[in-house]
Amino acid sequence: MNDFRIPLGTLIESFIGWITVTFGFVFDFIRLIVDGAFEGVAFALVTPPFYAIIAIAAAIGFAVRGWKFAVGTVIGLGLILGVNQWENAMLTLALVLVASVIAIGLSVPLGILAAKSSVASSAIRPMLDFLQTMPAFVYLVPALILFRVGEVPGIVATIIFALAPGVRLTELGIRGVDKEVVEAGQAFGASPWRILRQIQLPLATPTIMAGINQVIMLSLSMVVIAGMVGAGALGGEIVAALSRLDVALGFEAGFAVVILAIFLDRVTAGLGNGSTPLGRRLAARKAVRHTADSKAPPTAVPAPALV
Amino acid sequence: MIESPETIAVKADHLYKAFGRRPHEIVKKLKAGKSRAEISSLGVAAVIDASFDVKRGEIFVVMGLSGSGKSTLIRMLNGLWETTSGTVTVGGTDITGVSAKELRDVRRKSISMVFQHFALLPHRSVIDNVAYGLEIQGMGREERLAKAQTIIDLVGLAGWADSLPSELSGGMQQRVGLGRALAADTDVLLMDEAFSALDPLIRREMQEQLIELQAALGKTIIFITHDLNEAMFLGDRIAVMRDGRIVQIGTPEEILTDPANDYVAQFVQDVDRARVLTATSVMEPVRAVVTKTAGPRAALRTMRDLQTSVTFVLNRDRTFAGIVRDRDVLKMVKTGDADLRTIIRDDATTVAPDTALVDLVEPSVGSDLPIAVVDSKNRLLGVIPRVTLLAAIGNVTTSTGELPLIHPPATIPVNVITDILRDTALDGAEA
Repeated sequence: MNDFRIPLGTLIESFIGWITVTFGFVFDFIRLIVDGAFEGVAFALVTPPFYAIIAIAAAIGFAVRGWKFAVGTVIGLGLILGVNQWENAMLTLALVLVASVIAIGLSVPLGILAAKSSVASSAIRPMLDFLQTMPAFVYLVPALILFRVGEVPGIVATIIFALAPGVRLTELGIRGVDKEVVEAGQAFGASPWRILRQIQLPLATPTIMAGINQVIMLSLSMVVIAGMVGAGALGGEIVAALSRLDVALGFEAGFAVVILAIFLDRVTAGLGNGSTPLGRRLAARKAVRHTADSKAPPTAVPAPALV
Repeated sequence: MIESPETIAVKADHLYKAFGRRPHEIVKKLKAGKSRAEISSLGVAAVIDASFDVKRGEIFVVMGLSGSGKSTLIRMLNGLWETTSGTVTVGGTDITGVSAKELRDVRRKSISMVFQHFALLPHRSVIDNVAYGLEIQGMGREERLAKAQTIIDLVGLAGWADSLPSELSGGMQQRVGLGRALAADTDVLLMDEAFSALDPLIRREMQEQLIELQAALGKTIIFITHDLNEAMFLGDRIAVMRDGRIVQIGTPEEILTDPANDYVAQFVQDVDRARVLTATSVMEPVRAVVTKTAGPRAALRTMRDLQTSVTFVLNRDRTFAGIVRDRDVLKMVKTGDADLRTIIRDDATTVAPDTALVDLVEPSVGSDLPIAVVDSKNRLLGVIPRVTLLAAIGNVTTSTGELPLIHPPATIPVNVITDILRDTALDGAEA
């Protein structure tokens, strides 16, 4: 009896083995697409001189949050340049951008589906629980088998890891739209698609933006872990520092990650919550929930102040 | 009474709405005579066997406390919620069991809605909100904005067209809501507690404006409210709901003077009766009345018999001429003059039959005479003595039994009048 164990791991292993053989062409295709996207974005970020990228980043920072943030952006990126991690940082940024764009592209429609249908919602929710609680490293193993060493398994693992908050917050945002306003759309004979486009999505935007912000932040944290499967960039540096006990390299790469994280967080949060010039303009159009009813305000993103 | 189909805007026929796992079973049990409490283990019956016709151009008010099913009822009228059983007909089209597309068509063309919490699109300007229904109808931008602008002026929001709803006060936001429904140009307007979220003063103003707009545009309005005074003020007819059932449908006066059961009676006891009841509903038949040609002796005899000091005088064509007082008549009888015309006074107050009681108080205080109720052709329909007015306002009795009528009491003792009548009669005989 002591020898008995449920062969769960073996089952999953043979399942992964089976889909590798049977659907190999599908994964090759995904690999091709993701790899192409990454190469393209990486090329666009690495090729231009560093000052051009810094200028663009500062301009974005100025538009979204004002001149203080723009100055902070210049100093932060300057520090990355100064510790000689510029190219790695740009590659990491490319990984994050590709992964989070795909993750958002998947999670927002899934969230809409979950908001529209209770059946879909109750089917999706346990999957999200699974994705969110499974230790992030575990995704790397099948991703490695399916997509072979390189950036692609890292990006795919990142997408899976970062998907959940986008779906959850999109569903929450759409379900949280005032029922009466949706009824108003119906009462005047609007089609479900029109109600989604003209009422639900605009009113859910602050919450959806919070979800997108979370997706990007999770992508960044996962991209570093993805360095272990050969995704390189800052993650690769950190893995190397770990194996060589190189404190100096580890912290330099680590700071570069932190700077990228703060930049991405502030920019996306600023677009969502209306605390910025550009964000305010977006918010003026979208964020004003109706005042007569005491509805809970859209989920705010807790963001430590640094800049 | 059978109404021709053209005059009926909305018809509800034995509507049921039940919530629960097996709504149809609930309805089946209700139809078999089970009460709402008996089926509560299966689910909730929100609306039970509601039937009514709303005539074109009518303001039909559905009144009930929260939980009485009135909001569920109104949402079945435009198909926002599916009926469990029964049919709804809007403008001759049965909207129960039609496809989603057909239903959207009916909503675009025939029936629009105003919401309790306004339900405006917060990210759109006032004019875009007002034009929303037209946009869904597929009207071009130029045309719909032009139309929306005229509606904005109509509901009194000129100058606010480009503001966002959040910049407007509650009353103004609801004007936008009303404007949006009016702009859609449907025959029927559903108003779900439309003024309940507003301050009392603003609410009154909106009620008055709604009545004006209704008179000008001739829309059919179905208005939901929990406020009986609002129902009485707005409604041509009122349906009172309780626990999912319609317990009475009638005009405000019918509901007030002839409540169908104790519940309605209890409900209406706090209503401001003086504003709802009209002269017609409380007036008494005129008894102290003579025609002008009858002469002073007939007038005096009438007053003696009824123990009053005043009698009403009619012209030959039964129109109201005025009143005569006993002292004047007595003098005339003594002098042997036969023409009542010289002593007719016109100090009796006359009012139209549809005058609210509240407007009768002042004339009633100012004079001891009963108020005369006359129609547009000046015919005397009845009188309202002060006591009758007080009894009606105070809701002293709801029975139809006669109140003791107290006209201005006689100022001359009966025997004096009798003596004089006899004396003058003798004189007349001698002459």
